[in-house]
Parts: sequence; C-alpha cells; structure tokens
Amino acid sequence: MLKIENLHVRVAGKEIIKGLDLAVNAGEVHAVMGPNGAGKSTLGNVLAGREGYEVTEGTVTFDGVDLLALEPEARAAAGVFLAFQYPVEIPGVNNTYFLRAALNAQRKQRGEDELDSMQFLKRVREKLAVLHLKDELLHRAVNEGFSGGEKKRNEIFQMALLEPKLAILDETDSGLDIDALKMVAHGVNAMRDAGRAFVVITHYQRLLDYIVPDFVHVLADGRIVESGDKSLALKLEEHGYAWVADRKLAGAA
Amino acid sequence: MDAPLIDGLTADPPPASAAAWLGEAREAALAALRRDGLPDAREEAWKYTSLRALGQRRLLRGDAGAATRPIDPHLLGDAVPAGPRMVFVNGRFRSELSHLPDIDGLHLVPLDAALADAAEMVRAGLGRHYEARAEAFARLNTATAADGVVLRVADGARIAAPVELVWIGAPAEADLAWNARMLVELGAGAALTLIERHAAAAPHAHLGNLVGQFTLGAGARLDLLQLQDAAAGSSLIRRSEARLAADAVLTLHTLEAGAQLLRHDLVVELAGDRSRLVSRGVFALRGRQHADTHLDVRHVARDTACDLVWRGVADARARGVFHGAITIAPGADGSDAMLSNKNLLLSAQAEIDTQPVLEIHADEVKAAHGATVGQLDEHALFYLRSRGLQAEAARSLLTQAFCAAVFADVGSAPLREQVMARLAAALPAEAA
Repeated sequence: MLKIENLHVRVAGKEIIKGLDLAVNAGEVHAVMGPNGAGKSTLGNVLAGREGYEVTEGTVTFDGVDLLALEPEARAAAGVFLAFQYPVEIPGVNNTYFLRAALNAQRKQRGEDELDSMQFLKRVREKLAVLHLKDELLHRAVNEGFSGGEKKRNEIFQMALLEPKLAILDETDSGLDIDALKMVAHGVNAMRDAGRAFVVITHYQRLLDYIVPDFVHVLADGRIVESGDKSLALKLEEHGYAWVADRKLAGAA
Repeated sequence: MDAPLIDGLTADPPPASAAAWLGEAREAALAALRRDGLPDAREEAWKYTSLRALGQRRLLRGDAGAATRPIDPHLLGDAVPAGPRMVFVNGRFRSELSHLPDIDGLHLVPLDAALADAAEMVRAGLGRHYEARAEAFARLNTATAADGVVLRVADGARIAAPVELVWIGAPAEADLAWNARMLVELGAGAALTLIERHAAAAPHAHLGNLVGQFTLGAGARLDLLQLQDAAAGSSLIRRSEARLAADAVLTLHTLEAGAQLLRHDLVVELAGDRSRLVSRGVFALRGRQHADTHLDVRHVARDTACDLVWRGVADARARGVFHGAITIAPGADGSDAMLSNKNLLLSAQAEIDTQPVLEIHADEVKAAHGATVGQLDEHALFYLRSRGLQAEAARSLLTQAFCAAVFADVGSAPLREQVMARLAAALPAEAA
C-alpha cells in the first residue's frame, strides 16, 4: 500500500530524513519509534503534504501512485490521514460543518455521491457511539478551547468518520492520561481490518500495550536503523534508545 | 482644487424651501462648500482616500426620471416585508414600491412631506452646521438633499417589526449624483430595529451621498443594520451620526460589500450617562474597490461604553482603510472603550491601512484597542486541506470564519441569516 524508498527530506535547509525505506501493506500496523529529533514528525508531515518539506531524493508511492506529486487534499481523498501531533484551533469554523465539508470534498474527488445532512448525522452518531464520545464537541468550533486530550480525541473521531486507508498517528499519545490513551487505542483497534493500515509514530512504548503493532521500526538520525516485531518495542523500553545507537555502531564497525 | 464635480452640483441655487431656516442652512452650506471645495490628502481624515478622480467628474444633479425607473421586485427582498419599508431609487422616494402600514407610536414619512411641517427634529438635523472642510459631503448633502426619511418613535413605543430603508441605484441616461437625508429619532424608552440597505438595479457609476442622523432619547434602544451592496462601479459616501441620551443603547451591524469608492463616517456621541454603543462591522473588498471606514466615538458623559469590533478583508487590488477614533472627554469618568480591528489580505496586491486612535482626558477609564493586518493562517489551511478540503474551499471557509463571528450576535435569526448570506456572497467564493 505505502512504499517509501530512499527518502531524503530537508526542512529549512537541513537534512532531517536521510535515506528512509519503509513498506506498509494493507491490514498491517507499523509502529515508528525513536528519540526526539530523529525525524518522526517530519515523516508524518511529508506523507500528508505539508509545505516546507523538501524531498531531495527518493520516492513514496501509495497504491502505486506517486504520493509526493499530490496536493494535500488529493492525498486525503486517496485515503491518507494524518492525526496531528498539534491539532490546529480554527475559531469560527463549526466542527460538524467542517467534517461534513471534508467528507464530502473527499467523496466528490473520488467521484462518489455527497452525503446529505441526514446521512452524515447518522454516520456521526455511529462513530460517536463506537468511540464513547459526547456529541458536545460537535457543536464547538474546530479544536477551539479543547484540552490537549480533547484535541487528540477529535483527531481520532475525524479518522473514524473519514475512514482512511492509511492512518498516520503522529505522537497521538503524547500528553494523554491513561483513559484518553485507551480511548485512542480503542478507536484505532475498532478500525483495524484487512484493507486498512496504520503507521503509529510514538516516543513511548506505552501506547503499544493497547495498539499491538505487527512491526516496530526504530528511527534514528533520519533513517530506520532497526526493525522487528512487537518485542522490539519492549527491548527499547528496557534498554533505551542508546542501546540502538550502540548496536548501530557495533554493526558499522 | 479645481473641482468640476462641486461646480456642477452647486451651479443651481439650492432647492426652494418654504421655511426660512432651511433656506439659510442650505445657502450657508453651499457657500462653505464653494469656498473650501473638496478635501485633499493634506486633510488628515482624507489621507488615504483620494477624491481627485471623483472631483473631476461631471455628474447630473439628481435623477429627473427616478420616479419611473423600472425596479425588479426581487431587489426589494421578501414580497411581503416583515415591517414597514421605504424604497428610494437614485435618492428619490418611490411610494408604489414602499409599504407603510400604520403602526402605533411610529411616524415614518418621506423627507419632503416632513419639510412642510418643519418639525423641530427636522430643523435640528438639516439645520446642522458642518464646520470642517473634511465634511464637504455633509455640506453638499445639507445644501442639496431634497428627499429622504423622517422617522420618529414615540416615547416608550417598542416597534416590533423591523423598518427597512432601501436605497437602490439604477442606471440613468447619464451618471448622476443623489443626496438624501435620514432623520431618525427615538423617544425616551423607545425601541426600534432599522435596516438600511443599499442595492443596485443594474451597473452604473452614480455618486450617492447619504447622511443619517440618529437621536436616541433616554433609555432608547436602536438596532441598526447596514447592508451595503451598491453597484460595483458606483461611489457612495455615507455619514451616520448618532447622539445617545442617558442609558440609551445603539447596536450597529454594518456590512460593506459594494461600491467602487466607499466612504463611511460613523460619528457617535455618547452624550448621556451610561449610554452605550456596540458597533460590529465587516468590509469585504474585491477587484479595485476602495473602502474607507471612519469611526469617531466621543464619550462625553460618565460611565459610557463603546464596544467596537471590525474585520476587513481585501482581495485582488482592493484597498481598505479603517480609522477608529475614540475620544474620552474630560468628566467622562468611568468610561469603558474597546476597539478591535483585524484585517485579512488575500492577495499580495491588496492593501489595508488601519489606525486606532485613543484620546483620554478623564479618570478611571478602561480602554483597550488592537489592530492587525495579516494573512490566512498557513497551519489552519494545511489542516483543512489534509482533511480533504480543496485549497480554495479551505481559504474561503477560513475567510468566512474570520468575519462571521462579527455578526453572530445580530438580534433576530432571520436578519442574522440575511447578513450571513450577504457576507458569504461578498467574500471570495470557493472555485466551483
């Protein structure tokens, strides 16, 4: 589904990602872990199409299409979703209005019929029920005045509603208490199926107790230095990222 | 300054008037106008708005054919208005397009009818002297305004139905200038919702010059909604003056969307203790529009308050000017003044100049003001696009949101919807 080959990315003239390879198939959950400054968030942003990220080398394909050539909205319509590390507050834009506009914009780009407000609300109610969310956040402006936890929950709610093929969660666990963390995990697990993939970017192993990944990758200094199954996350938790760096040095020697 | 405009419009003697005071007022205004002409950029109040091109134009004085210009009824809004409606075409009252039911406590007549009875309020309004050269258009209005509105609400009368004043510009044989006056007086404890609408029957390049004088008695409440959607090629000069007695509240919502050249002076005197002005406004400019909004709020009594929130949006090569002046006079202790003006530039060629001016001569005053000019937030744009919204739709949604909050507190739901719909139409739309 997602194929990243030899990706190099510059931000503000500085190379952050330095030859990254990653292949994600439908139905898989990949965790990308790594220390601060390793390039984790850069990876999420570059996949979603944020400006200011210059790809200097390498390719990214999504279902065989050159993802990097698409505008952000076209990536969304193709099925890529980024749950933001720092969701943006947008005063004056009602959350429900925004979500319906977004969903219908995606459907229109895909050549599907737009949902009318009845159909849309039905879908909203289903998703709220699955996530055990109160509908109060629907009536507010997008993320405005939301607590950190509410913002992250709203990201998961948007993901549930938009039903992407590939969801990238950028440190969605940061700043969450254990209840919010479980809710986020529940939201992801409820959506896991054979046709959908997740890339879970996180600094800590904790989230992976609840979202059990098929693969774990360690990102350090702009490339993936170690890959394994879920036990890799536990080793990292035990030994710290310095352990990976040491092993890398040993391997290079 | 050599000004064919003024020469042309003042060549004839002022309209004949039955009352001696009116004749004198017109002559005096005319003399001042001929002496001083139009203000130029050296005049502080006209620093950012040049009258050079307008001053060179030769326009007909008034519209001799105003009574018979065909008007599409759709322009008037609902076929059956919610309340009284007076319609003016090129500044002239059109009774057959208007709707004037009898309402207890409401006196609503065209100006020429009121001139005959020379009520005190008419005299106080039309007889007012404009001392400053910057007030050239008010002088022109006094000298030549032949039509308009006289509206009076009796003490204690609360008029439930909104009163609508519709100003329609219609193409004529040649471009023309019209002058009209609105005289509005609310008695003590009276309440009224008034809608001032400007619309175009078809493209034209007239000059409209409208002066509104609003007098609020003690405890009176006036909700005034100004929806300005004049012809894209026209020039429109408006002056809204208000004087508030004790405990009176003026709530003003203004949307400036139309006209090629717009100047709006809002001059409010908080003359009675605890009187209060709320002004919410948006100017939304496109093409080569030029809109200049001047707020001049004077606190002259104790514990008075003003709360001014304006937003400006300029696209293409449009130019917006916002001047917000608040003066707190000696003795106006306990006054509370708040001014916020935020502006959005949607193109690199657009320009907005904003200038808040606060002058305080009293004690125990609370005053705050802020003004910004910026662009759409890139983070918010990316966030919306990452969810699937097309770039243009995302821009449009953010622009709407930037302005919409200003009209969130319009009192009645149907009016609010009307304003929001107008706002949506005035802002750059998403690509189809």
